[in-house]
Amino acid sequence: MEQFEPKLVAFVCNWCTYAGADLTGTSRIKYATNVRIIRFPCTGRIDFMLISKAFANGADGVIVSGCHPNDCHYTSGNFHARRRWMSFNAMLTFMGIDPDRIIFSWVSAAEGAKWADVVNQSVEQIRKLGPFTEYQKLVQSGIEEENFNG
Amino acid sequence: MSRIGVFVCHCGENISATVDVAKVAEEASKLPGVVHSVDYKYMCSDPGQTLVKEAIKEHNLTGVVVAACSPRMHEPTFRKACAQAGLNPYLSEMANVREHCSWVHEKSEQTTQKAFDVVRTMVSKASNNAALEPIKVPVTKRALVVGGGVAGIQAALDIANTGHKVILVERSPSIGGHMAQLSETFPTLDCSQCILTPRMVEVAQHPNITLYTHSEVESVDGFIGNFHVKIRKKARSLDEDLCTGCGLCTTKCPQKKIPSEFEQLLGTRPAIYTPFPQAVPNKPVIDRDNCTFYKTGKCKICEIVCPTKAIRFDQEDTILEVEIGAIVLATGFDVKHSDFFPEYGKGKYKDVIDGLQFERLASASGPTQGMIRRPSDGQIPKKIVFIACAGSRDPAKGIEYCSKICCMYTAKHAMLYKHKVHDGEAHVFYMDIRAGGKMYEEFVRRAIVEDHVNYTRGRVSTIYELDGKLIVKGADTLLGAQSVEIEADMVVLATAGVASEGSEDLAQKMHVSYDQHKFFAEAHPKLKPVETNTGGIFLAGACQTTRDIPDSVAMASGAAVKVAALFSSDLLTREPIVARVNRIPGPSHSTCVGCFLCQPVCPYQAIEREDIKDRAGNIIKSLARINEGLCQGCGTCVALCRSKSIDLLGYTDNQMHGEVLSVLEEAFV
Repeated sequence: MEQFEPKLVAFVCNWCTYAGADLTGTSRIKYATNVRIIRFPCTGRIDFMLISKAFANGADGVIVSGCHPNDCHYTSGNFHARRRWMSFNAMLTFMGIDPDRIIFSWVSAAEGAKWADVVNQSVEQIRKLGPFTEYQKLVQSGIEEENFNG
Repeated sequence: MSRIGVFVCHCGENISATVDVAKVAEEASKLPGVVHSVDYKYMCSDPGQTLVKEAIKEHNLTGVVVAACSPRMHEPTFRKACAQAGLNPYLSEMANVREHCSWVHEKSEQTTQKAFDVVRTMVSKASNNAALEPIKVPVTKRALVVGGGVAGIQAALDIANTGHKVILVERSPSIGGHMAQLSETFPTLDCSQCILTPRMVEVAQHPNITLYTHSEVESVDGFIGNFHVKIRKKARSLDEDLCTGCGLCTTKCPQKKIPSEFEQLLGTRPAIYTPFPQAVPNKPVIDRDNCTFYKTGKCKICEIVCPTKAIRFDQEDTILEVEIGAIVLATGFDVKHSDFFPEYGKGKYKDVIDGLQFERLASASGPTQGMIRRPSDGQIPKKIVFIACAGSRDPAKGIEYCSKICCMYTAKHAMLYKHKVHDGEAHVFYMDIRAGGKMYEEFVRRAIVEDHVNYTRGRVSTIYELDGKLIVKGADTLLGAQSVEIEADMVVLATAGVASEGSEDLAQKMHVSYDQHKFFAEAHPKLKPVETNTGGIFLAGACQTTRDIPDSVAMASGAAVKVAALFSSDLLTREPIVARVNRIPGPSHSTCVGCFLCQPVCPYQAIEREDIKDRAGNIIKSLARINEGLCQGCGTCVALCRSKSIDLLGYTDNQMHGEVLSVLEEAFV
């Protein structure tokens, strides 16, 4: 059987992880092709509605990555993201999303190699979990159609 | 309906080697809203930009997506091109298909598919873009220089000479930094203090420079052109206006045996002291940890002898608040000390010293008046071993980098020693000699040929003491790793240069990035070496990485020019990436419910309360309003807002939701 190739969306901040991923490129470090990056000014900007939306539209996993604690370009955006994540985490199970499908990490602008590791490990983790269909089925059955038609 | 142009760049072969660019361009042309799609060898070149500009005019484009390198690289280039063609620059987007795609994946269908996915996502974002106008903010034309070493001094003088006010903050009691501690400088053997002290005096006397020594930056708020800085002026325990610097107190202080930081602990100082005779300002400071009065409540001899009654035992730290337009960080470096090396005795052997200590021994104003005497018994050493790369280039020690200055100063040390002790023997253990610089290689050659310094290529594995001698065991790798043993009287370690103590703390206060070794990170390694990623904050000297005096001075002048350029206009143009609370016609006025939960999460205090009143002046509703001068566009309030009343320009909910939908539109792997 062909290997399952998961689809991951990465929500990253402009100042640390996006720049870190740039450095991965400049350093020519290879990693899996399964991730698509979406750039935000700060992890603090990431509304978790966007994450639910990613799952509703076919993502198998999501990476959220920003600056290390205390290194936020905007002082504290990453702390707000972390706190929001704590409460969102509790809601995920309720919504029928396995919390392991979301990977939260800190990658600084100097950590090009770490970004490659985060991507590869996340892809492996999501590959083990298999395709994520439960939520999409819910959406398709019309239960949340109105909310998720964008 | 939007009319978007897609421009796919080959970047020479950087993108086209792994991505089928022609296919990406072709597929992109089928996307909704795309009316023009081409690929080209170098989009950023003049002809490439012309391609974009002409297409904007010819196809009447309402949006541009350039699929090329990172937006951190060329976004400004293409925004400018759009503006020149009459398109609002904020209607252009970059799809990062180089750093995030072609460089990190092998040539395959998946790579091309990923590139196309990225382009499609950005086309979706571009179709939701709105024309934005840059924000103009006023500039406070006063600079802050942090650190009073040679880099800070140069930066302060250069900025002050352009006619702008400068505040120079130095945490030790005098400016001068490490350069003031050096004996002679390579490759000219100029006396370090002789060339530095006139500059120090110039700083003190310059009408545009305000000098705060024994002071530290407490906090920094604000943004480029408009920083609000608090400076902690630590209590000097004397009235600086009354003190004449006569130095009587320092000679009468009963405490005389306190190890001197300036002498690298090889000499002593009293409890009330100036670090060195040429200190600027030449006003002493009381070391409260060691002062008899602060310890026992008795003494006050300095107060009694002071002719101007300047001593203030009850003085407290004061906090100064200043408005600043630009900041130059010049906080320098530290060196590792001999106690960092277990194999070299872990600081147990007094005669194993570091390079900075040797500088003090060789300095005419040092603890030995320039005679090379070993610290243990004051004897003149007849054989010295110099060990280069002590710590540097050693991943096992956590310091992978080359400290850059040690090869040169080790050659200088060996040379100075030979000049002072004619019958002495100088041995140098080195890994490689890195003497890149004007007259540098010639200088090392001179040490070897004219001054007969013995260079041995190899590393020292251990040092131990035997009968008053230091046995240095190493290998000579040019003789097939033959073991070498030298009985030395003294060993000088060219220890690694590391980030100055407290760098991490300061970087966090300033919101500048730093690398894994705590050195401050430049905005671009090649093209923006003095800028940081934080607008209005610049770097000078060894705080970015260890570097020698000419490099530090050059960098300081570079930073000064950046500051002067920033101060050259009264208004500063800022990216219009700011949050905005929506407004709708009355009676609702806004979907904002006035909960003001956004206020405490805003790191910039940018959220204000706006009252909407009826004609009689009664308040109908209180709304949040964003001060665009203060907002930095992080978007934390946007994600938090319960009624979705705040949006972030450039990263609106529409744009971000559009991106998420678009990125998952196709089965992409």
